[in-house]
Amino acid sequence: MTVLRTSSLTRSFGSVRALDGVDLEIADGAVLAVLGPSGCGKTTLLRVIAGFLSGDAGEVSLGDRVVLSDGRARVSTKHRNIGYVPQEGALFPHLDVAANITFGLSRRERRAGDVADLLALLELDPSLASRYPHELSGGQQQRVAVARALARKPSLLLLDEPFSSLDASLRESTGRAVMRAVQARGAAALLVTHDQNEALSLADSVGVMQAGKVVQVGPPIEVYAHPATPFVASFVGAGTVLSATVADRVAHTPIGDFDVAEDVGSGPAQVFARPEQVRIVEDSKVVATVRGFDFHGHDATVHLGVDGHPEVLCRVGGDELPTIGDEVRILTHGRVTVYPA
Amino acid sequence: MAIRLATQRRPPERAQEGAPVALRLLGVTIAVFALIPLISLVQHAATVDPDVALGQLFRPRMAMLLGHTFGLMVTCVAASIVLSLACAWLVVRTDLPLRGLWHVLLTAPLAVPAFVNGFGWVSLTHAVEGYAGASMVVTLSYFPLVYLPVTAALRGLDPVHEELAGTLGLSRTQTFLRVVLPQLRPAVLGGSLLVALHMLSEFGALKMLRFPTFTTAIYDQFNTSFNGAAAHMTASVLVLVCFVVLLVELRLRGRRRYAPTSSGTPRVAARLELGRARLVALLLPGAVTALALGVPIYSLLRWVSIGTSTGRGSEDLLPTALATIVFALVGALLAVALALPVSVLVVRHASRTSTLIERSTYTANALPGIVIALALITFTIRYVPGLYQTAPVLVAAYLIMFLSRAVVSVRSSLEQAPPVLENVARSLGLSRMAATWRVTVPIVLPGIGAGAALVFIAICTELTATLLLAPIETQTLATRFWSLSGGLQYGAAAPFALLMIGLAMPAVYLLSRTPGRKS
Repeated sequence: MTVLRTSSLTRSFGSVRALDGVDLEIADGAVLAVLGPSGCGKTTLLRVIAGFLSGDAGEVSLGDRVVLSDGRARVSTKHRNIGYVPQEGALFPHLDVAANITFGLSRRERRAGDVADLLALLELDPSLASRYPHELSGGQQQRVAVARALARKPSLLLLDEPFSSLDASLRESTGRAVMRAVQARGAAALLVTHDQNEALSLADSVGVMQAGKVVQVGPPIEVYAHPATPFVASFVGAGTVLSATVADRVAHTPIGDFDVAEDVGSGPAQVFARPEQVRIVEDSKVVATVRGFDFHGHDATVHLGVDGHPEVLCRVGGDELPTIGDEVRILTHGRVTVYPA
Repeated sequence: MAIRLATQRRPPERAQEGAPVALRLLGVTIAVFALIPLISLVQHAATVDPDVALGQLFRPRMAMLLGHTFGLMVTCVAASIVLSLACAWLVVRTDLPLRGLWHVLLTAPLAVPAFVNGFGWVSLTHAVEGYAGASMVVTLSYFPLVYLPVTAALRGLDPVHEELAGTLGLSRTQTFLRVVLPQLRPAVLGGSLLVALHMLSEFGALKMLRFPTFTTAIYDQFNTSFNGAAAHMTASVLVLVCFVVLLVELRLRGRRRYAPTSSGTPRVAARLELGRARLVALLLPGAVTALALGVPIYSLLRWVSIGTSTGRGSEDLLPTALATIVFALVGALLAVALALPVSVLVVRHASRTSTLIERSTYTANALPGIVIALALITFTIRYVPGLYQTAPVLVAAYLIMFLSRAVVSVRSSLEQAPPVLENVARSLGLSRMAATWRVTVPIVLPGIGAGAALVFIAICTELTATLLLAPIETQTLATRFWSLSGGLQYGAAAPFALLMIGLAMPAVYLLSRTPGRKS
């Protein structure tokens, strides 16, 4: 059973094609992250699904209802049974937390324990119920916004970069708490973000968008390990584009050889190598010069210069840092995806 | 005409150097000056024999005046709110044709003094005399005081809240009632307070429309029966009513802060497409404009043409206009001069004293012009009889009445010029004087100009205090218009009214252009 299906969804603003034939699906209870740089159309996608915008062409179905066809909205936002969490929450400033959470419930639908249950679900203190939005921290505001969206038991929750305004430390814990709450309520979620860490760690599947098109959809591991295009590869994580010659399912590059995932024939090609696919070793034929490094504490990304490739990225442990200017030997391993040269 | 009462609390500021003694003394002097009417009134009330006072207070006539005043006030405020919300929503949130023009036209009634509006109506039909007519005319004159802040607030609303309400299952109407309206509340309350206070001080229009309220009663008691004691007693009750209105507004406003809860760059709300209803929707702003602007201006033009055809011109139009402009210029310049030290104290030397000084300049907002005039008469007769009915006292009355408008403008512009800018300029090698001259003055100048313009217009169209305080031989556009129309010389009176409207129009246009600050 799918909760959301869009097919050939198109929407332009003037000459800009914000959505250029978008096909997506979310299964019951699943979390799909739509990842892309700003301006790629991901927020437009969310706004069309929510019913804030109409489309130019295409279809959107929620469950078994077609809510938009031929680009025209057939069901208004009010009747789409969705939850919406915008950036920074947008709690109603004139209402306290309890009134915000129960805002969408009619008097008949309200139960005594509602607010307490939802606060507990979002791992918030029950005493917050009588607070006003300006008395909450950013993370708390965001969690209350999610509680408000979940109160009506929507089948699909739309999250528009909901964690981007939070500190890095809060972002992870808030994100996980929100996803647990969504799961507990049995809702599916569409998370729009430009943060690949968020997308890869929180979602069941990731769709990467570029210029109004969904370039690749798949489980996070799949998208990271086998990106469909060099753009997807570099957007979901760091790495190096290398020119290669492919023969017998092996890609030969100036820094070493890689296995090739599927049989693509032979000839010149491009491959994308993640930093962790390049290792500094004692003994190897390939010599590289250490140009610099980005130190992250637990590990570091080393920038290497190799003949014909001024910048090759390599991951080392935080306690194995080479010295800038050193000559080191490197070895490659693992599988890569091959792109046309 | 946008008086703003400073009710927001300023955030705590870092320790500042104390104000120079001379500046502080100047501030205190200005505060005392602004408080003269209130002091004089309290002084007078304290000396009245309680038995006499009670006898005067509990008369059927007092109850009638209270009933009239309250009834009119409630009707006008309610009508202004409904009218303003509907018009603001049409202009800001729909695809109504000619929205920009309607916005200016809906602000423009502020350029037509209420007594001129009243004249325009009553000289066409006597049907507007009495409660219903007075309610309509006063509402048409003052509803822009609600319309302007509501429009500004509506423009500033982040549509994300309305979108959310949609996802939470609310219809458009429910969304307006439960999401939009509560957020417009501060703007509606602030504007309603202004309408209520203006209505309580309104004299000319109500006199024209023969609807007795406190102000007309005070005028009659003082001017026809020379009963100073009775006039003072009625004035005291009126001031009490004003303060009750202020308290009610403060209470309704509450302590709640509406902190922004969404990202800093709100989207512009999508306009509702009215479709076929577009033409029907035009009826509302069209009718309001026709009634508030069309009728008085048509009526005035008609009287001008009748006046010129009967050959009774207005030879004294130019000298009167000149005298008015001189009064208005002097008043505007002095008001700005007094507003500067007050603003510097509040912005650059924040302290309890500074705040008290600033607030004292606002008290006149709650005092109707007729009360201020009465108090100044009592004051001059008692302490400086030589000044009674001279130009300086009239200018003093103008200053007390309109100082707050200058303070609001100057203060807000001074806040745009934090001292750090001057410090930067000095770090770049400028002297203290040069830093002030090249940094602060250019930033503050537009605010000073705006403040002066507001006071200028207010004086040009002031009627009540001028009637009571002007030297015998001195006439302004407003008083000359008043005496001519009172003598049924409508044709001769009309050009004076048109000139007043012409003088006020440019500033009102500017007012409609200013994007309102978010409350």
